Amino acid sequence: MRITLNTIPEEIDAEALTIRELLAYKNFTFRLLVIKVNGKLVRREDYDTVTVRDRDQVTVMHLVSGG
Amino acid sequence: MADRLKSSTVGIAGCGGLGSNCAVALARVGVGHLILADFDVVEQSNLNRQYYFLDQVGQLKVLALKNNILRINPRIRTDTFPERLTPDRIVVIFGQCNVLVEAFDLKEMKLMIAETVMERIPGIPLVLGSGVAGWGKNELLATHRSDNLYICGDETTETSEEVPPLAPRVGIVANMQANVVLELLLGTEW
Repeated sequence: MRITLNTIPEEIDAEALTIRELLAYKNFTFRLLVIKVNGKLVRREDYDTVTVRDRDQVTVMHLVSGG
Repeated sequence: MADRLKSSTVGIAGCGGLGSNCAVALARVGVGHLILADFDVVEQSNLNRQYYFLDQVGQLKVLALKNNILRINPRIRTDTFPERLTPDRIVVIFGQCNVLVEAFDLKEMKLMIAETVMERIPGIPLVLGSGVAGWGKNELLATHRSDNLYICGDETTETSEEVPPLAPRVGIVANMQANVVLELLLGTEW
């Protein structure tokens, strides 16, 4: 499938991935993320059920403490 | 431009390093109405980066910040909420803002406000700060946007004992957030 990840086109050798699989594939090890698929927020409890498919637009923002 | 800013309302969720500096920047350019929320009091250890003074140690941050803003521009209206913010209170306090600035310390609170705003008041642009600790590395500081959500910082560097938050980098990101607010209020052209 071909997705857009943070505005960058990305070719992934899979038909579909759950959010958790995508994060592992991309080595996103941060504990807290804001994840959106096609503009819609994906909550943490849905990382195993929401899937990313061909032509999806995925946004991943990293939240770290400090302010 | 001045009229547009004067009639604008901006929410500041958290009045620490990011929030105090961002609020002061917005006050200096004449944003007419600022809504300030923070449960904490000023401590001496805050003075390495937060917009407070030694004689304000012990005061509620929202009241100290209100006073500092009024010393810069007494015509600015400030509403103060000295409380720990919850999703319900975020919707009540900030539901009428033109733009909301997230300026919490803890990442769990940053996620909480991001989820709350996107799900319950999605029409309000939210400007997050993430990754402000340390020094140097200007080149890593950036702004990312996804629809109504903006994030300023390096999205990487977390506060720790070895990597504390310090005035320059925190101040840069606070002002990046204020700069995004201006762009949202005034548009990108001048």
